[in-house]
Amino acid sequence: MSRAATTTDVFNAVAEASRRDILMAIGDGEAGVGDLVERLHLTQPQVSKHLAVLRQVNLVRCRAVGRERRYTVNGTALKPIHDWVSAFEQQWNLRLDRLDDVLAEMQQQPTQQHRSSQQQEKS
Amino acid sequence: MSAQTTSRTGNRHGSAVVTTPSDREICITRVFDAPADAVFTAWTTPDLVRQWWGSESEPLVVCDIDLRVGGSWRYVTRGPEDVEFGWHGVYREIARPDRLVSTEVFEGFPDAEAVNTLTLDERNGTTTLTVIVLHASKENRDGHLESGMEAGMQIVLDRFEDLVRTDN
Repeated sequence: MSRAATTTDVFNAVAEASRRDILMAIGDGEAGVGDLVERLHLTQPQVSKHLAVLRQVNLVRCRAVGRERRYTVNGTALKPIHDWVSAFEQQWNLRLDRLDDVLAEMQQQPTQQHRSSQQQEKS
Repeated sequence: MSAQTTSRTGNRHGSAVVTTPSDREICITRVFDAPADAVFTAWTTPDLVRQWWGSESEPLVVCDIDLRVGGSWRYVTRGPEDVEFGWHGVYREIARPDRLVSTEVFEGFPDAEAVNTLTLDERNGTTTLTVIVLHASKENRDGHLESGMEAGMQIVLDRFEDLVRTDN
C-alpha cells in the first residue's frame, strides 16, 4: 500500500464521522455546499471545512457551476481503505466458506446417510 | 477465487461482507442455507469448530468451549514453523439458536478485549449470520483489522508458494 503520503491521508480524512456523512450524502451523485448543509444539519462553515479536507486528500472533486461549486466523490481514492478491510474480509470469507461446508455436511447426514455410505463403499 | 466450485452449497462462497459501522466496531455478515439451530451448533461444538475455524495451513490445536454464561472458551491455531496464536473469552449471554454474546481477547494483545455479539436470523430456511465485534477503542479496532490483514496476506503468500512449487 505505497500510496500518496501527503500530510493527511484518506484514513485520517474519514476518521471524522461528519466527513463520512458528507461522503455518504454525496453518494454517487453531485451536491453543493447548500445541499449538504440542508441534508446533514451542519453549518455552512463546517461543511466547507470538511469539504476542504476531503478535497485535499482527493476524496471529492469539485467543479464550478455558475457561482456554485458542485462536489462528487472520487471512489478510487477510497481504495486503500477498501483494501485494508478486504484482507480481513478475505480471511473471514475463507473461514465462513468452511463453515458453509460443515453445515452442508450436517444437513446431508440425517437424510443421505445411506447414499454417502454407498459412495464410500465404491471408492 | 470466484471460479472456485464445490460439490456442496458452494454458490454462496466468498459472500461474507465486512463493514465498520462505527469507529469501535467490525461487522461480519454471511447468509447460510441452513437453519439457525444448525449454525449455532456448528459455531459452538468443538468437533465442528475445528473443521472450519482454522485452515489447512493453520489448524486449531486447542478448541475449548464451556458453553454456559460465565463459562470460558479458548482457541489456539498452529501455523507454519509451529507459530501459535491464541484467543480466549467468556460467554456472557447464550440464547440458542439466535444470539450469543462473548468476550474475546487475542492473546497477542491481551489488553484489547472485545465483545462479540453473534446473531442468527432464520427466514425461510436460510440464516443470516451477523457478528458484531465491539472494541474498547478505535485503536484496538484498527489493530484487529490489521491483524486480519496480515493473516490475509499470509494466505495470499501461502497460495503463491504453492503455485511456485507446482510450477517447478
